[in-house]
Amino acid sequence: MEYTLLIILIPFLLFLLLGLLGGKMKPGIAGVIGTSGMFLCTVLAYITAYKYFFQAGKINGVWSEIIPLNFTWMRFTENLHIDLGILLDPISVMMLVVITTVSLMVHVYSLGYMKGETGFQRYYSFLSLFSFSMLGLVVATNIFQMYIFWELVGVSSYSLIGFCYTKPSAVAASKKAFIVTRFADLGFLIGILILSYYTGTFDFGTLTADNASLVTTSMAGGTFMGLSLATWAMVLIFMGGAGKSAMFPLHIWLPDAMEGPTPVSALIHAATMVVAGVYLVARLFPVYYFTAPEVLEMIAWIGTFTALFAAIIAITQTDIKRVLAFSTISQIAYMMVALGVSKYDGHDGLGYMASMFHLFTHAFFKALLFLGAGSVIHAVHSNEMAQMGNLRKYMPVTHITFLIACLAIAGIYPFSGFFSKDEILAAALENNPTIFWTLWLVAGLTAFYMFRLYFRIFWNGNKEYKEGHKPHESPLSMAVPLIILAVFSIFSGFVPFSELINADGIGFHMHINITVASLSVGVAIIGIAVATLLYLKDSEKPAQMAKSMSGLYKATLNKFYMDEIWMWFTKTVVFKGICIPVAWFDRHIVDGTMNGIAWSTQKISVSIKDLQSGQIRFYSWVFVLGSIVIAILVLFL
Amino acid sequence: MNILSLFVVIPILMIVALFLCKGMKSIRTIMVVGSSLLLILSTVLTILFLKERAVSDAEMLFVSATTWYTPLNIAYTVGVDGISVAMLFLSSIIVFTGVFSSWNMNMAKEYFLWYCLLSVGVFGFFISIDLFTMFLFYEVALIPMYLLIGLWGTGKKEYSAMKLTLMLMAGSAFLMVGIIGIYYTSGHTTMNLLEIAKLHIPIEYQRWLFPVTFLGFGVLGALFPFHTWSPDGHASAPTAVSMLHAGVLMKLGGYGCFRVAMYLMPEAAHELGWIFLILTGISVVYGAFSAVVQTDLKYINAYSSVSHCGLVLFAILMMNQTAMTGAVMQMLSHGLMTALFFALIGLIYGRTHTRDIREMGGLMKIMPFASVCYVIAGLASLGLPGLSGFVAEMTIFVGSFQHPDVFHRVLTIVACCSIVITAVYILRTVGKILYGPVQDQHHVGLPDAAWYEKVSVVVLIVSIAYIGMYPFGLSEMINESLIPVIAKLNF
Repeated sequence: MEYTLLIILIPFLLFLLLGLLGGKMKPGIAGVIGTSGMFLCTVLAYITAYKYFFQAGKINGVWSEIIPLNFTWMRFTENLHIDLGILLDPISVMMLVVITTVSLMVHVYSLGYMKGETGFQRYYSFLSLFSFSMLGLVVATNIFQMYIFWELVGVSSYSLIGFCYTKPSAVAASKKAFIVTRFADLGFLIGILILSYYTGTFDFGTLTADNASLVTTSMAGGTFMGLSLATWAMVLIFMGGAGKSAMFPLHIWLPDAMEGPTPVSALIHAATMVVAGVYLVARLFPVYYFTAPEVLEMIAWIGTFTALFAAIIAITQTDIKRVLAFSTISQIAYMMVALGVSKYDGHDGLGYMASMFHLFTHAFFKALLFLGAGSVIHAVHSNEMAQMGNLRKYMPVTHITFLIACLAIAGIYPFSGFFSKDEILAAALENNPTIFWTLWLVAGLTAFYMFRLYFRIFWNGNKEYKEGHKPHESPLSMAVPLIILAVFSIFSGFVPFSELINADGIGFHMHINITVASLSVGVAIIGIAVATLLYLKDSEKPAQMAKSMSGLYKATLNKFYMDEIWMWFTKTVVFKGICIPVAWFDRHIVDGTMNGIAWSTQKISVSIKDLQSGQIRFYSWVFVLGSIVIAILVLFL
Repeated sequence: MNILSLFVVIPILMIVALFLCKGMKSIRTIMVVGSSLLLILSTVLTILFLKERAVSDAEMLFVSATTWYTPLNIAYTVGVDGISVAMLFLSSIIVFTGVFSSWNMNMAKEYFLWYCLLSVGVFGFFISIDLFTMFLFYEVALIPMYLLIGLWGTGKKEYSAMKLTLMLMAGSAFLMVGIIGIYYTSGHTTMNLLEIAKLHIPIEYQRWLFPVTFLGFGVLGALFPFHTWSPDGHASAPTAVSMLHAGVLMKLGGYGCFRVAMYLMPEAAHELGWIFLILTGISVVYGAFSAVVQTDLKYINAYSSVSHCGLVLFAILMMNQTAMTGAVMQMLSHGLMTALFFALIGLIYGRTHTRDIREMGGLMKIMPFASVCYVIAGLASLGLPGLSGFVAEMTIFVGSFQHPDVFHRVLTIVACCSIVITAVYILRTVGKILYGPVQDQHHVGLPDAAWYEKVSVVVLIVSIAYIGMYPFGLSEMINESLIPVIAKLNF
């Protein structure tokens, strides 16, 4: 399957082409070139998936790993070398499908959405760069390749968030996103260093082989500050994942990243890049499970907390993209929890499977939600809910597709979200009831805030729009991706996922746990019902409720002041506490010493320079005086 | 004549030609032709070197020696290994691009005279393997700096030029002592590095000779706390001089530390290396933190150089093959990207007449070409994969972390932290000056890069991207050359 190389290479070539020559092209042509290139990739990805799952199939009952390409890009030592290659296994093939599909939809959608924007060509070249990096990330054969592409997705995300570079808020958001994730990547890098020092390899296959026995044996016995070295390494690697996947407390960059163009948010900050952290943990799952199970437990708890935390914040946000951003954080946390509670063998690996399943379905419906939101924003030229309402009359396609996505994310049967969420909840129930009930509550909250969003955009009274500012349905280039994604959102739940993707590669038969299913659908319906009561019509009730709980309301509206806390940390602790003193020390102490030496040399030379006055009288006087002194010394001592 | 001697002969011929010519046009022609010849020469040398390397297993290739002062056994001995080839290549790129970045100099003739003399020193240093000749060229490279900054600089240029020269001269005083010490303690039979390496310097002498030489070269390599010449010096220097200085001259320090201090005195390096390791570790983090609060573009870059060059010395002191390969790659990478930075800063300063980041904003709209290049330079500096900074830094980090001693590994983690801080100051600068709304309305309508400036930055960017995308060849070449060094270091 050597042609898989093309899937990665095409976007890169497009990036170079559009980046270098884009300025000379007409915007439309650049868009079409970018989109058709992506279309080719998508076709190839589907062919790969077909061949992988249906032709290559299982070997000895286990999904095999196919490495069609691998070469040494750079060598550090005999054992440690960065290879670039392509690894095909169930999760990477699944990711290829997800990324290319969503990316293609976004490419098409952007033809309409970004029309007339300055820098249209640049936009497409960055989209290609992103697709390249993301695809390279998922097919990585070794952890260092993953790190390389990890950084590249970071930078493409940075450039796309700051696409409107004249807008200060966009620039600030892009900077924040990059620095927060860079900070997390530091952990990732140190984790890689520790892991590779002991195991002597970067290769995923070697690391995970035989239940990660290499890691277990090579790191056995080592402890640092009471925790085993394996734990340290895996926690640090998870830190990288937590940064990209916006886990608490590193989530702060994601809501701000909504400053980027909406299709970008759909692609990068909803469907693909932000799940890289989940993907990383899944990729190293055997290592986590067999060598550092306590880290998995930690992941489960962090995920649970984040899911709840983000869901609560999402309730009060008024910017529609921010609601979606917090919902993304919450849903990714769901995936993390599923990995955290998962076991390894057969049906016990339900959590792992559920996590990947949710990643798969979430990508489609969340991308759809974002693109739908983009369509709304395109129509009313605002992100604020207050400027919307009653839009169902003006934008039927957007309305219906958005509704489908909302039902999917709320977990209503038979939409895709139902299946994956159900599996996650079932996995959580097997592991820990507290986690299960928290997630169950989050499911209800999710249904509530999604339908709050839905009603406030499309219903909520009879808002009249001024003549000439009447919202209108989006053009075909934007509507078609919505429809396609809606189809995916409905049907992707029916994929027999557990047969294809699971922790041990063997596969098991998935069945729906009726208790869990009824509980989760029940709470979702309650959530929707409450949202209907409060928001179907424009009423005073929400405002009254906000007033009665004003403390809580304010805290959630301000995202529990996490931004402020981080701001304080960076501004006061790092900037004022470290950087300024260091710079002062450099200028005054270090440089001051140097200047001091120069100054004292000068002073001394000034004060003794009169000795060499050039006056013969003075010299002879010193001469005579000196002779006398010497004579006395010689005579008397 | 030995091919290596051409590296010295060409700049000398350029000096002669400059003396004879008149008019801006002919000066430019001489400079462009001469520096292109140097660039071609270093390409040819690389090819020849790789060919020769395949068949020969000598430590240095193209060796030739001419004794010029018998009583002290001083010879003009030249020879190269993979590391020197890499450094020569770097120098010729920087010299070439520097010419284009100083297209419109006043007093061009005098300026380029000193510029060529500086190149003589730089090239001579990298080709020689005789301690005294090396030192001689080292001095030749330092002196023109004083005039170049003092006469063609900006701001408080006399102060900076004086400070820079005095501090570096103090360094060479140490060096002088070190070299004489090495000569006598190794049995005063030869000044040839390779010969001395075969002899043994008694450990009690090494104990003081090692710090003295390391410090002597370290001053030029911006070793904390002897780095303060660098911010002021760079800030005042004219564009091409900053490029050459940060790009090549600071590498003389790293190269010297490695070639002389470490190579000749391995026992002492093992014994006392930790002191310098701590100092370099401080340099790495400290330089980065200092850069965060600077407001002058050149100061930001100078402190960033302290941090990046600190990493070079840091990796050298780790004394294993991977880290040292990383050190050499970092020298190349840092040389190219700071040169790029300084070229762009010069370009921007030449138009806006300010280097204060608070007075600029939205330059992306005004000069898109220069701005995009600046972003690329920034990304290289913060270690984006695909550009040279990444491969160099990662080689250093992975290599250093292979050190069996826990202390060294902990220090490596500390040094790793610089990647975050680097991101902070780079993005801060980029966000401030390039993005956002246009800050100063006088900047609207300023011209973008002219063709000669484009030549300069494009050459640099291509080199940076080349190393970043295809590091294999380079790292293998360096790696191979390090085998005898490592053998010597592990006695």
